[in-house]
Amino acid sequence: MSDKRLRIGFIPLCDAAASIVAVDKGFAAAEGLDVELVREVSWSNMRDKLNIGLFHAAHMIAPIAIASSLGLGHVKVPIVAPFVLGVNGNAITVSPALYASIAAMAEGNIVNPMVSACALARVVASRKAKGQEPLTFGMTFPFSTHNCQLRFWMAAGGVDSDEDVRLVVLPPPYMVESLANKHVDGFCVGAPWNSVAVDLGIGFMLHFVSEIIGRVAEKVLAFRSRWAQDHPDALSKLVRAHARAAVFIDDVAKRDEVVAMLAPANRIGVSPEVVRRALDGRMKVAPDGATRVDENYLLVGRNGSGRPDPAQAAWLYAQMVRWGQAPLTKEMCDAAKAVFRSDLYDAALGPVQKTVLGEPADGIGAFAGPPFDPRDITGHLSAWRIGRVPVA
Amino acid sequence: MDPSFKIVIVDENPVRAAILEEGLREAGHVHVVRIGEMAHLLARIYAIDPDVILIDLENPSRDVLEQMFQVSRAVKRPVAMFVDQSDSASIEAAVDAGVSAYIVGGLRKERVQNILDLCISRFNAFARLQEELDRTRSALEERKVIDRAKGILMKAKNLTEETAYALLRKTAMNENKKIAEVAQSVITAAELFK
Repeated sequence: MSDKRLRIGFIPLCDAAASIVAVDKGFAAAEGLDVELVREVSWSNMRDKLNIGLFHAAHMIAPIAIASSLGLGHVKVPIVAPFVLGVNGNAITVSPALYASIAAMAEGNIVNPMVSACALARVVASRKAKGQEPLTFGMTFPFSTHNCQLRFWMAAGGVDSDEDVRLVVLPPPYMVESLANKHVDGFCVGAPWNSVAVDLGIGFMLHFVSEIIGRVAEKVLAFRSRWAQDHPDALSKLVRAHARAAVFIDDVAKRDEVVAMLAPANRIGVSPEVVRRALDGRMKVAPDGATRVDENYLLVGRNGSGRPDPAQAAWLYAQMVRWGQAPLTKEMCDAAKAVFRSDLYDAALGPVQKTVLGEPADGIGAFAGPPFDPRDITGHLSAWRIGRVPVA
Repeated sequence: MDPSFKIVIVDENPVRAAILEEGLREAGHVHVVRIGEMAHLLARIYAIDPDVILIDLENPSRDVLEQMFQVSRAVKRPVAMFVDQSDSASIEAAVDAGVSAYIVGGLRKERVQNILDLCISRFNAFARLQEELDRTRSALEERKVIDRAKGILMKAKNLTEETAYALLRKTAMNENKKIAEVAQSVITAAELFK
């Protein structure tokens, strides 16, 4: 019966919602599973505890699952992701000073990421000319969507994220403090931390990542491949519990109840109001109270987003190659795609709606560059002027 | 053991860091630096340029260290996690104890094994101390609650201290609860009747 006593690690973020609701609303219990949620403090811990079997499943940044499977940066442990806990959900927040500089240099409306990226390039150039320190941006982990999204946006405006600015890893709970005491000028992080910074009056949410790339698999429910093979039944049950939780979370009529479940100190640990903004996609973006609405701010299961799409894994792998984190080989690309197990999702949920509603034509929807074709990573990479693609 | 290793301990808990440092010094390591302040962590580490970095797993800044694996101008020497595929017993023992080690500059693993072993045993010793302290503390708390409940019963029912305690104990046994739990209920009830 070791099948049934399961431990899931989670980091206190809004996109852990499906796991929290699956357990706390009893969807996991309804599948006959006894699940314990364990709050974790770092992605490195999460990865290691999943690897050695202390956790049966983990709330994990999609690129970490891929990096672990490819043996990048750490021990090679094959991971499978049969459920996507969240699509999008991050935002780029900058200090009031940087916001003002970008706004002053902008030719057009800075809600447009191309306008803001080009303005950032001018800010960077002007600082360089004056001999000022390069701008510093925080992100959550070397192998992360945050890293990809931040770099993708900057590079489109001509900012080289390795040469022109400094990117530093910061644990999400330290982001706000680091922005307040000017250790960083901006950051890319998930909900609720951007809202916390805005509410404190120390940050402006410049972009939702959904404005930069329409659809990026953010967090996955990750399992060790070995464990998944040995416990297909428990895995299916867990996927079903999460899928039901996702439907519940997406139901606006249940929003109060969901928010009340997510906000407590032993779960995400922020005010219900802040959690609610992320789920509603109605974000307060400036300290003066200005809000911006994006129904794609964070997708938890909506429009088929819970089903892993291997093309998403290919895109994330391509970004790792672009920034010099991974070599470009067909084997690695295939291994990356194989992490996203739509087959396990389908096996757990039976015949499912596979057409994804309202998704970008290429499944990715980046604001710059040609459409993404998962069969042509080389083509994707050759489209960029800035990047660290290793020379073959 | 090679006493020339430069070792950095990243731990916000000063007591535990001191225990570990003491252990390392006893083992002959003279270059031990403690970092308890997480701001600019990487810059501090680069400035010290250590051979081995030890960090507690309760520390969210562990993710900051992972940046050292990335190729960049700031990283002067290659960094590896202590463990590799062949070493799952080591990683389990370390995770269990709540510590992780990063090795800089391609030192051979065998040369660092005893540092990690020492680390694990000191972390475990600290955890035992902590547990003992927590137990003592909660026993003390319970004692206080029970004393208050006894006082309430003595006054309300005109009992001696001994009979008041016997009543608490009997009720606890009957309800299959801890005496402190019953005592707490007595206090709560008394407050409601105020």
